[in-house]
Amino acid sequence: MQKSLHIDPNKCTGCLQCEMACSWENYRSFTTAKSRIKVFSFHEAGRFVPYTCTQCDEAWCMTACPVDAIKLDPVTGAKIVLDPTCVGCKVCTIACPFGTINYVAQSGKVQKCDLCDGAPACAKACPTAAITYVDADWTGLEKMRQWAGKTDTNPATV
Amino acid sequence: MRHLIIGSGPAGVVAAETLRKADPVADITLLCGEPEPPYSRMAIPYLLKGDIAEAGTHLRKDADHYATQRIQVVHGRARSVDTTGRTVDLGGGQRLPYDRLLIATGSRPSRESIPGIDLPGVRSCWTLEDARAILALAQAKPGIRIVQMGAGFVGCIIMEGLLSRGVDLTILVRSGYMVRRMMNPTASGLLQQWCQAKGVKIFTRTQPAGLSAADGVLQVALADGRVLPADIYLSAVGVDPNLDFLAGSGINLGQGIVVDEHLQSSVPGVYAAGDVAESRDCLTGKRQLNAIQPNAVEQGRIAALNMAGRPTAFKGSFVFNVLTTLGLVSSSFGEWEGQPGGDSAEVLDAARYRYLNLQFQGDRLIGANSVGFTDHVGALRGLIEGRVRLGRWKQRLMEDPTQIMQVYVAGVHSVA
Ligand SMILES: Cc1cc2nc3c(=O)[nH]c(=O)nc-3n(C[C@H](O)[C@H](O)[C@H](O)COP(=O)(O)OP(=O)(O)OC[C@H]3O[C@@H](n4cnc5c(N)ncnc54)[C@H](O)[C@@H]3O)c2cc1C
Ligand code: SF4
Ligand code: SF4
Repeated sequence: MQKSLHIDPNKCTGCLQCEMACSWENYRSFTTAKSRIKVFSFHEAGRFVPYTCTQCDEAWCMTACPVDAIKLDPVTGAKIVLDPTCVGCKVCTIACPFGTINYVAQSGKVQKCDLCDGAPACAKACPTAAITYVDADWTGLEKMRQWAGKTDTNPATV
Repeated sequence: MRHLIIGSGPAGVVAAETLRKADPVADITLLCGEPEPPYSRMAIPYLLKGDIAEAGTHLRKDADHYATQRIQVVHGRARSVDTTGRTVDLGGGQRLPYDRLLIATGSRPSRESIPGIDLPGVRSCWTLEDARAILALAQAKPGIRIVQMGAGFVGCIIMEGLLSRGVDLTILVRSGYMVRRMMNPTASGLLQQWCQAKGVKIFTRTQPAGLSAADGVLQVALADGRVLPADIYLSAVGVDPNLDFLAGSGINLGQGIVVDEHLQSSVPGVYAAGDVAESRDCLTGKRQLNAIQPNAVEQGRIAALNMAGRPTAFKGSFVFNVLTTLGLVSSSFGEWEGQPGGDSAEVLDAARYRYLNLQFQGDRLIGANSVGFTDHVGALRGLIEGRVRLGRWKQRLMEDPTQIMQVYVAGVHSVA
């Protein structure tokens, strides 16, 4: 069964180990700004929410790409950016309704989570199991996926 | 079942692939109107810059792709469609029969009607052939003078490629603003300042009165009496859908091919997708053309599912665009002009070319313009298309529009 990243914000302490690990995995530097997973902090509520690509079924980024630079990894289900093919047009960054594929000015290409070939560094690095890599059925990601696609959604905060 | 697709841009190619997935035994024919493998116009700016070779513009990189998918690729142009006999005429006595037809012929550059517009040296930058011609001239004559009419989306996106070839670029803008159809005056002003700082001459509220040729050099006569010499007059004033060959077909045409929610035209069995289709805007509910890549691929997919006998409704689309002008990234979403009675919020740092403007109706985001912001811009699409009620998070955005992703994530995870 395919696995996916399961994120439980309730367990996140905001330590940013995941961002460091992602940056190290992909750039061999500890630069959280380069991380493909981002931890958002909500100080008033005292909460931290790690957030990254859910490898959604619709794969808006992949279908919108004009030069076929995003490929599906049949093993992990990840949608992977092929750097040499990407021309940096950024159309994928506005097509993904989740905001999880982003332009990197230094390289002139885009980046997104590629599940590290099936061994996500963020999940390994997370000391509290806020990020785990588990069988897809176990994740609560559906709600994340549906949220932006649905009309007249009310976030629970209204 | 014989499926025929006219046009091999993104809409046509995605439709052909989707049809194959949905119907393993159908006959699928893809008609390419240009003597090229199916390619992406969007990649042309990067070909001009030299970032990619021509093959880099091809929609699918594997030469056997269409054969493997059993998609028959035919080169030729549709001259007319006989919707009673269900054939498409390619001229020269060649006819293609069909059971289901998809029209995905995209759009073509419109041309201003001024004397001399048919002279050699007048070009658009729309096809691979156009790009080749511009590159050949730029290489043969370093420092060629290009006078470009129009600074819309395509006009802006090709500037970098042109300048990288050492051309001397002058841009004429009829209105007071660049990218007037997708940017508000503040965003547009930033773009103009940026381009001028990079050495592009921009004349706003200027248009040519006519073109003539003297010793092989075009003379662009401006309405105010000035004359600009040019090696290429590049016309970039907008696009029109490719509909001419449908005259007399009985297919209902508005601005484009009028389609229903299944992307079917007024003639049963004939569908349309992409730049050429006039479909529903999911924000305004009105029928409109939407000439952007993401819309072309989505409509290609949906039309194909319907053609394959799997009724699938098109939820409607809206216009969103990201544009890089000489390295400055800007974007435009939905109703960026706002609605009467709606609120707006913005931040501007003109010195650093950073700007973000959000438009709301009630507690929903309905549109946005940005300059110099690239992080998480997709969330803008998600919030607008999802008609997400922001509740108290709207106030947060009114105070600081840059918190857009924060607010988005808060909604996803129900952060109280
Ligand atoms: C330079 C440039 C940059 C662009 N950048 C962007 C961008 O950044 N983002 C974005 O969203 N959009 C961009 N666009 C627009 C985008 O390319 C189009 O929206 C997209 O190509 C539409 O796809 P389509 O399949 O509907 O039509 P097209 O791509 O135009 O394909 C239509 C096909 O039909 C063929 N055809 C036409 N008439 C006939 C006929 N009678 N018989 C047979 N074949 C025919 C044509 O030859 C063509 O192959 C850009 C366009 C250009 C030119
Ligand atoms: S980047 Fe966005 S569109 Fe692409 S797979 Fe991830 S969530 Fe889907
Ligand atoms: S930025 Fe790269 S990956 Fe994204 S759509 Fe453009 S070419 Fe494809």
